Amino acid sequence: MGADMSITGKTYWRGFRDGAPFILVIAPFGLLFGVVATEAGFNLLETMAMTVLVIAGAAQFAAVQLLQDNAPVLVIVLTGLAINLRMAMYSASLTPHLGKAPFWQRGFIAYFMVDQAYGVSIVKYEAEPDMTLAQKVAYYFGVISPIAPMWYGFTLLGALAGSAIPDEYALDFAIPITFLAMVAPALRSLPHVAAAIVSVVVALALSWMPYNLWLMIAAVLAMMTGARIEKWQESRA
Amino acid sequence: MSTLDIWLTIVFLGLGTYLLRLSFIGLIGSRKLPEWVMRHLRYVPVAVMPGLIAPLIAWPQATGGQIDPARLSAAAVSLFIGAYFKSVIGSIVGGMATLYLTLYLIG
Repeated sequence: MGADMSITGKTYWRGFRDGAPFILVIAPFGLLFGVVATEAGFNLLETMAMTVLVIAGAAQFAAVQLLQDNAPVLVIVLTGLAINLRMAMYSASLTPHLGKAPFWQRGFIAYFMVDQAYGVSIVKYEAEPDMTLAQKVAYYFGVISPIAPMWYGFTLLGALAGSAIPDEYALDFAIPITFLAMVAPALRSLPHVAAAIVSVVVALALSWMPYNLWLMIAAVLAMMTGARIEKWQESRA
Repeated sequence: MSTLDIWLTIVFLGLGTYLLRLSFIGLIGSRKLPEWVMRHLRYVPVAVMPGLIAPLIAWPQATGGQIDPARLSAAAVSLFIGAYFKSVIGSIVGGMATLYLTLYLIG
């Protein structure tokens, strides 16, 4: 038991180290959300409540924008949920790895299922299939530990500072860079590369569609591409 | 934008997002998924993330949707470092450094 605990502890800190680089992008992104929400007319409590309860940057920005445009609440909520629909795919993808954890742990895993936690963890689980359930759970919470507090903290800072961040910082690009950094190491085989290319091409071709429909279609076609090529490779081997 | 609208949005978007995240991991739990489902799930990261950012890279809002050489080259550097060196931090730092450098040189 003692040895198990120390291995689990080490795995937690490995996760922490692997999550830490994302502070570089989470911090400015959180800051930006705090500023944007405050400028839109949110008070401090409202800004923080949204950041803590929704904990999904892209959907939060969209919701603030739509509230500012006086869109109906139903439309705002559905738009935000459409943007977050990818989280259901993350949930499915994590289930084979974390599904055996106690329900209360899965409750917390679900709450913290942000892009970075998912992206970093799933790459690790696939690279090291021998990890135990306890190690996988410890790693996941390790990744989240530097990320979630930074998201809350820098949103708070942005809300308190309240002044606009100059456009020259080009913070709009922190998000694309983050996703590239997460997904690039996962491009390790032909089916993975083919899936990514299909995802990009279909997303660009269909990006005129409303409600993030383009993303769902691109994702499903890309998954089918990866699965099909994998099967074809197996049948030839 | 009323205070009520803000709070209704926060509560329902928060609850709905949580249920999306809990969906599979909460309901399916330890039951085994069929092989064909697993085969598709392996490609979720490379199927979702590239598509999500492709329009942001091709037509950035900051330039009013115009193709931007600075952002394109930053994305290329980030992708190369991440794929070749498997380094997350190298990819982030390299990408942002390229962006600032090219914005400084061009802009």
